[in-house]
Amino acid sequence: MSIQGNAASVRFHNVTKIYGQDIVAVDDVSFLIKAGSLVTLLGPSGCGKTTTLRMIAGLEMVNSGNITIGDVNVTKLPATDRDVSMVFQSYALFPHMTVGENVAYGLNVSGVKKSVAQDKANDGLKLVGLEGYMDRLPSELSGGQQQRVAVARALVLEPQVLLFDEPLSNLDAKLRRKVREEIRDIQRNLGLTVVYVTHDQEEALAVSDRIIVMKNAVIAQEGAPRDLYSCPENLFVADFIGDANLLEVEITSIDGPIAQITVGSLNIKLDHRGMGLGGAHIAIRPASILISVDMTGGGLDGTISKATYLGGHMEYTILTELGELFVINSDVYSPFAINSSVKVSLSKHGVTLVND
Amino acid sequence: MNRTVLLWMIIGWVGFMILPWYVIEDGFWGLEWLLDGYPLDTDYGPAWAQIMEGGKFWLSPFPLFLLLPLAVWGRAKSDPLYSLILLVSGTGGLGYLLLQAFTIGIAGWEFQVLETWYGVIDRQYGVGYGGLLVSASFLFMITQGIAARGVINGDVFVVSSIGLIVAIVGMFIFFPVSRIMLSALQNDEGLFSLLSFTTKISHFKIWGLGCLTSNVGCGVAWNSLFLAIVVGVTTTALGLVFALVATRSGFKHRKLLRALTVLPIITPPFVIGLSLILLFGVSGVVTQFVADLFGLVPGRWLYGMPGILLAQLLAFTPIAFLVMIGVVEGINPSVEEAAQTLRANRWKTFTTISLPLMRPGLANAFLLGFIESMADFGNPLVLGGDYDVLSTEIFFAIVGAQNDQGQAGVLALVLLGFTLSAFFIQRRWLGKKSYTTVTGKGDAGFHSILPDRVKWPIYSVAAGWTVFTLVIYCMIMFGGFVEIWGLDHSLTFKHYITAFSIEITEDGFLWTGSAWNSFWTTITIATVAAPLTAGLGLLTAYILVRQKFRGHDVFEFGTMLSFAIPGTVIGVSYILAFNVPPIELTGTAAILVLCFIFRNMPVGVRAGVAAMSQLDKSLDEASLTLGATSFYTFRKIILPLLRPAILAALVYSFVRAMTAISAVIFLVSAEYNMATSYIIGRVENNDYGLAIAYCSILILVMLSAVLLFQFFVSDRKATRRKTLPKTKTSTGFKESIA
Repeated sequence: MSIQGNAASVRFHNVTKIYGQDIVAVDDVSFLIKAGSLVTLLGPSGCGKTTTLRMIAGLEMVNSGNITIGDVNVTKLPATDRDVSMVFQSYALFPHMTVGENVAYGLNVSGVKKSVAQDKANDGLKLVGLEGYMDRLPSELSGGQQQRVAVARALVLEPQVLLFDEPLSNLDAKLRRKVREEIRDIQRNLGLTVVYVTHDQEEALAVSDRIIVMKNAVIAQEGAPRDLYSCPENLFVADFIGDANLLEVEITSIDGPIAQITVGSLNIKLDHRGMGLGGAHIAIRPASILISVDMTGGGLDGTISKATYLGGHMEYTILTELGELFVINSDVYSPFAINSSVKVSLSKHGVTLVND
Repeated sequence: MNRTVLLWMIIGWVGFMILPWYVIEDGFWGLEWLLDGYPLDTDYGPAWAQIMEGGKFWLSPFPLFLLLPLAVWGRAKSDPLYSLILLVSGTGGLGYLLLQAFTIGIAGWEFQVLETWYGVIDRQYGVGYGGLLVSASFLFMITQGIAARGVINGDVFVVSSIGLIVAIVGMFIFFPVSRIMLSALQNDEGLFSLLSFTTKISHFKIWGLGCLTSNVGCGVAWNSLFLAIVVGVTTTALGLVFALVATRSGFKHRKLLRALTVLPIITPPFVIGLSLILLFGVSGVVTQFVADLFGLVPGRWLYGMPGILLAQLLAFTPIAFLVMIGVVEGINPSVEEAAQTLRANRWKTFTTISLPLMRPGLANAFLLGFIESMADFGNPLVLGGDYDVLSTEIFFAIVGAQNDQGQAGVLALVLLGFTLSAFFIQRRWLGKKSYTTVTGKGDAGFHSILPDRVKWPIYSVAAGWTVFTLVIYCMIMFGGFVEIWGLDHSLTFKHYITAFSIEITEDGFLWTGSAWNSFWTTITIATVAAPLTAGLGLLTAYILVRQKFRGHDVFEFGTMLSFAIPGTVIGVSYILAFNVPPIELTGTAAILVLCFIFRNMPVGVRAGVAAMSQLDKSLDEASLTLGATSFYTFRKIILPLLRPAILAALVYSFVRAMTAISAVIFLVSAEYNMATSYIIGRVENNDYGLAIAYCSILILVMLSAVLLFQFFVSDRKATRRKTLPKTKTSTGFKESIA
């Protein structure tokens, strides 16, 4: 296969972007994306993730700070002069050109010889499984196929960085899973640096080497998917990545790395994560709350107030002295009845102290 | 060295060393100068020869500014000196060029003071090829200097386009219009005098209110204003009526309505006035019939306010319809359906939802009607009688016995004041509220049908108007075949033969008809102007829609402003501004072409903006991230996708150039006469037959141009790729006008 990775790192150095007079889209953000890794920018709409991506592309210019790609400071370079390709949310296929012309466009622009460009375009289409579609028009393809053409068009330039702006949002759920796996495979095989924007936390967890969670123009947390899920640093991340029950607790004593915590009438031990004595918050994943009908065992008393059957698992809302708890339980064959009394306890994993 | 800098430097040197610096008598394209004493003859000499042989020593600093860009040799674009050098070369050169152009004129120094200081100096002429190229070279040095500072991401193409547009709009709109101000401020001796200005502008002939109290007429300003408001309101109302019939009534013959809307585009406005004379004039068919029937003396009621009003209503209602139908159709049906599900009945929905959402359309339609009426020249000239309006008064001030440019300037100022105020008020009124209901998401649903109590009145008004219009057009077609209207109704080809006879001799065709000359001039000038108008309009639209930069709003306003300047004002301003150096254009074909370009440019801009807003921005961004420059993107992505809009702009500006009269009448010359002014001339000689015959031919020519265009567009549609993502290729004249 003649298409190669050409990966370079991306570094943001105190980058700020202000729209108009005072709308701060990205506020003093710094990060490093290593060459050959797939990093997701994740966050709710308006958090600055797309602006960040467009600044990497050179479609927006920073107000202050520096951006380096590889060893080159590209802060002032326009999109045309950066070695970066982007796959757009709407795909942005040129409707008046065939698939082949679309894919070869970037090569033609860079002055690659016609025949070479043709071969490369062919390779690119082969890579995304669309060989033989050269002469079709974009309008003659399905959504998923258009998506792949957009990927091929970006890939054939062998860019230092490949950018994806919510690439799956126009696809249906089934296809989404398939395409994201394909993107991940191509990225791994070619060793590409990929920056990927999404607001879908499940998608982010599934494809990323690292995730940068953004909120209100700043980075809320950066880390590997597993770290973000198991050790969220603050309430926002805990709530945004996966579901979580967020409870107010009291740290009563600290002994080495372990904090003694009172949750209502429960006492538990957790890693203190640098927090001192007094009030704090914990996040409990829905699957980490155990339900039992054995009323003699330990735990809190609770009443099932809602029960939802979802095929693969059950979702319950349980009323306890701590308020309503949201619980996921894998036993779908003998569900708990509504209004039945249960005992609720916490599992060892999926419970963590978090900052405000 | 940067290739673009080098290129413009070379162009500058070609302008200085090779091409004639001053304008050449035998026309822009004439090549006689090459054989006639070039380069040392002072009529044709390039700048260096003018300095050495012609005593034009003040041209000698230019080589300095033209050499300066060499200093960027070997410097990187990011070097601050790079942009500084280009800026100094460009602004210095251009600044000096303008300075010498405006201080040294047709009789040496322009200002007495300078002559007493520096002594008598040789005269200079209008700028020619040489001066043009040198100016362009300086202009693009400036834009490249600005781009090198990182403005608009350092994009030379975009910055240069903005610079070019600003320069030519300044030269051909703001400069001439400011010349009006100057001439209005001058007294009869040509000195500046505030007193004479205030006397003139407050004259009772302009502002008198005699008509309210006694039998004398009111001032022309009031006449024009009253007429324009009535026409604006009525055409808007009628336009709404037709739009509702076309979209909300289940009316079966919508196509017919649509066809009617093409009429005003292909009809010179005064033609309506002409055919009204054929119907209701002293010897008109209806007048004669009624007079015979009731034994009355044929009345002259048509000549004056009622006649102008009627003609303008007929002429401009279709324009209001075009605006309104766009707005009415643009309302998202689901918004109305939402109102209905919220228990509003159809009447309530219409008054509380649909009508308020049409506000921008109503404002636009009114503004168009108002400005068209203010600017209309042909109808008041043909039908005016004692009812004087500004546009005709301006004309008579210039061409009449008085030849009073100051008076014309004052009147033009008043007229401009009215239209600009209307323009500002409209923008104010619409404000920043969003009236957009089309979101790009698929809109299902249907427009609700009109409630019955609205439906029937609307039907009858529309039907009445339609019949009347059809009668009018029949008159036009028929009138050309009648010997003498009102007296001798025997059929004849006489008028067509006089105007359009062709003799076939051994040497080929001999165009012996009296109209051929103006006909071919018109076609040629319209053909030259159309692509330039469309190109300039689309480039401006691209910059407006796709580029963000400081001064964006001012830029937009400046390019749309000429839309609010009546043709009469443009006409006067052009003869005031371009009769003397530095730009001498009067009597040439170029002045007509330029006039059309800048008169019709807003139309091209609007068509472009409408089409460009439908193009997903990520298309250009994709092209940019794939390494294409903005120029390449414009050429390869945007232009091909805008093809229908380009065609519309082309045809529209072609047709507008053929029907225009108000500005043209000031600018035509014996050599370059236009069809419309020729026809008006025939009308003034009471030669109605020939005038009408010529009109019919014009209408047919333009109709075929429009049909040809429609054919191409619909042909394209049939073979077009099924879904251009988010690219609606809605075409036709709707966007052009709205």
